[in-house]
Amino acid sequence: MQSQTGSTVSVRVLLFGSYAESLGLDAVELVLDKPATVASAVDHLRALPQGERLPPRPLCALNLTQTRMDAALSSGDELAVLPPLAGG
Amino acid sequence: MTFLTDQPIVLETLVARVQSPSRGGVACFLGTVRNHHEGRQVLRLDYSAYAAMAEAECGRIVAEAESRWNVAVTLNHRLGQLEIGDTSVAVVAASAHRDEAFQACRYVIEELKRRVPIWKKEYFADGSVEWVGSGEAGKRGGKDHHTDAGELVGRGLDENR
Repeated sequence: MQSQTGSTVSVRVLLFGSYAESLGLDAVELVLDKPATVASAVDHLRALPQGERLPPRPLCALNLTQTRMDAALSSGDELAVLPPLAGG
Repeated sequence: MTFLTDQPIVLETLVARVQSPSRGGVACFLGTVRNHHEGRQVLRLDYSAYAAMAEAECGRIVAEAESRWNVAVTLNHRLGQLEIGDTSVAVVAASAHRDEAFQACRYVIEELKRRVPIWKKEYFADGSVEWVGSGEAGKRGGKDHHTDAGELVGRGLDENR
């Protein structure tokens, strides 16, 4: 993995509910090559141990708002991967 | 304003937030923990949330309702372990007339179920534990899956009836 340079972005990724249980972690810092997107972060997560339990296109939120898979990531962003919602 | 709470929901507190002499119609929706899910007996639920986003999303939904209708709206969603019959969510909408209060109340609970990042784990009488909408329950029906908003909205009131 490259160090933090002008060619990478560093994002904080949060996992919840069944996804956090499946991967055995609820937060991870990812350093991604530019241009980084939500999709490339999810691909990174799916390469982790048990990561295949994540769907290829999960619901995601970027800085507290639901986002598309092709949204660009910048250093300092908070990306959350959300299991199917079940509030109420 | 804090929409999430780990304490029992007190409806009167919510009503007091939105009721006023000019708003004579007050509509309330309560979601309570049901003792069955797809034919299996449920003992209790455990709710969790992405709290920062859930607060923000609830705020957006309330603002949308208050801009769309002439209403004052508030809500609470409880987190943590809940027993059968406990109130998990309450929405209260107050308006000069009942029609707007009912419409706003309905809008807020449907949007909450569709957009607010909250999850629940069900503990069944047979000893099994499942995340609602994931795993085996999700494979059986996929009912809670967020990508099928129409189905989710259609299911909303039935689930809490």
